[in-house]
Amino acid sequence: MPEFIDILNALVLMTNYVILPALTYGSQLALGALGVTLVFGILRFSNFAHGDTMAFGAMVTILITWWFQSLGLSFGPLPTALLALPFGIAVTAVFLLFTDRFVYKHYRGIGAKPITFVMVSVGVMFIMNGLVRFVIGPADQRFADGARFIFKAREFKEYTGLAEGLALRSSQVITIVLAIILVAALFWFLQKTKTGKAMRAFSDNENLALLSGIDPDKIVRITWILAAILATVAGVLYGLDKSFKPFVYFQLLLPIFAAAIVGGLGKPIGAIAGGFIIAFSEVAITYVYKKFLIYLLPENLEPESLMQLLATEYKFAVSFVILVLVLLVRPTGIFKGNVV
Amino acid sequence: MSYLVGKDLCGGYGGPDILKGCDIEVGKGEVVVIVGPNGAGKSTAMKAFLGMLQMTGGSITLGGEDIMSLSPQQRIRAGIGFVPQTHNVFTGMSVEENLEMGAFIRDDDISGTLEEIYQLFPILKEKRLQAAGELSGGQRQQVAVGRAMMTKPSVLMLDEPTAGVSPIVMDELFDRILEVRAKNVAVLMVEQNARQALQIADKGYVLVMGENRFTGTGAELLADDDVRKSFLGG
Ligand SMILES: Nc1ncnc2c1ncn2[C@@H]1O[C@H](COP(=O)(O)OP(=O)(O)O)[C@@H](O)[C@H]1O
Ligand SMILES: [Mg+2]
Repeated sequence: MPEFIDILNALVLMTNYVILPALTYGSQLALGALGVTLVFGILRFSNFAHGDTMAFGAMVTILITWWFQSLGLSFGPLPTALLALPFGIAVTAVFLLFTDRFVYKHYRGIGAKPITFVMVSVGVMFIMNGLVRFVIGPADQRFADGARFIFKAREFKEYTGLAEGLALRSSQVITIVLAIILVAALFWFLQKTKTGKAMRAFSDNENLALLSGIDPDKIVRITWILAAILATVAGVLYGLDKSFKPFVYFQLLLPIFAAAIVGGLGKPIGAIAGGFIIAFSEVAITYVYKKFLIYLLPENLEPESLMQLLATEYKFAVSFVILVLVLLVRPTGIFKGNVV
Repeated sequence: MSYLVGKDLCGGYGGPDILKGCDIEVGKGEVVVIVGPNGAGKSTAMKAFLGMLQMTGGSITLGGEDIMSLSPQQRIRAGIGFVPQTHNVFTGMSVEENLEMGAFIRDDDISGTLEEIYQLFPILKEKRLQAAGELSGGQRQQVAVGRAMMTKPSVLMLDEPTAGVSPIVMDELFDRILEVRAKNVAVLMVEQNARQALQIADKGYVLVMGENRFTGTGAELLADDDVRKSFLGG
């Protein structure tokens, strides 16, 4: 049996390198997947432009953040980006409504098939992609300010006397808290308000919703506004936590879609579950378990190798494999959503 | 004069006319049943009343007012309630949410109407928090009728409300529909179970190829040898 202190150290190690990062990343994926799933539920197509919508929303927020910083505005220990966030959301919402008015609306009018919509969204994705690189450039941008840590690994070690340190970064706490608030607000909206119920009704049975006098144009507008809120918040949180790089947001499309599909496309609760499933799988499968096992195993069983299932470079393969497995075994996802 | 009157209805789906000049009327406090073979245009006639058909001729009045130029949503606001044949509930939403969505166009307090529907269909009150998709066929039809009743319509149109339910459930649904009639609603119903439906009908139409073949009270049609032989299975 490992000693109690070793178990504690192993747990701290796990929390620091797997649980906290995965909770943070999972919250970001969940917000992204919620946007994808809402658009799918109402507009009935997979929006490939969602990753770049996150990049766009984050970019606008970053530009406003820099402007605020140049004016000497600050949010105390919190990042200035949170002050800029509402403005980033507003600009992104206007952009999405504009796209809908001048692109998607035409295809709704002619009753285009879902696959046509998907291809159209790929076109929108390239435009947004180009726009973001044109405005802010393809390089890494840092915009986080305020306090970086709630407590540092060294402080944790001194305080607890453990050999392993646990760092709690403010971006992690901000991500998790903001995600909880946003998800709670979204569910309250969908479950309790008349407009939210009308959205669910429209998603459930479009013809009957029309027969009930629900205005489809209004539902579509609200969907895009919600997508803008979710995408911008997810994009800014990811940028605060890691950094902002347009190409990375494009890559996020795979884990986000995997999350939405694993949970069940069109099901908000599924998007959240899917986000955490993907995040935990990705982090847990690419984590190096050597040190963790050394704490727990008797000396003669200690591993020589890194004990890593998959190198970090291949982390996207995790989403891909989970996605393929789900599509093969249970195409409707955990919460019985739509089949793609 | 009947409350909802369709005269010389002609129209279709862009191709040749499906309705070729049929007349259908229903008065308040009346149950009117449309029967006829498959493809006769019964559902199409309902779409004509709802404004979901390309009309090439005829007229439709509701309480004496011409409603031909109104959109489906406007006709619902004007007092027409409709229960489609299939996909007539929001399966993922609770029974109560289904009823609330039925009342979507209303801005006033709907709690009184909700209570009325629950009195009419007590089982719905019991299952009000359950998803409509989890209910039995007969209970679902009650949700569908209840949803359409939430606008307090003066005309209730039902397309084959008893399709696919057991005879016992059918009898119960017909009882409920008679209770709706008792609220001075005009009930217009398409039915495959022609014999049973005509038994509760004040008036019946036999529609064939988009035209009226026979018209009479329910009892008259049931007693007519030609109708019996051709449409009621002897
Ligand atoms: N949406 C539609 N588009 C084109 N034709 C239709 C449509 N719906 C029904 N029809 C045609 O109209 C005719 C009457 O159909 P319908 O009114 O559904 O008959 P029923 O009396 O069985 O309800 C049929 O020939 C059918 O093929
Ligand atoms: Mg029919």
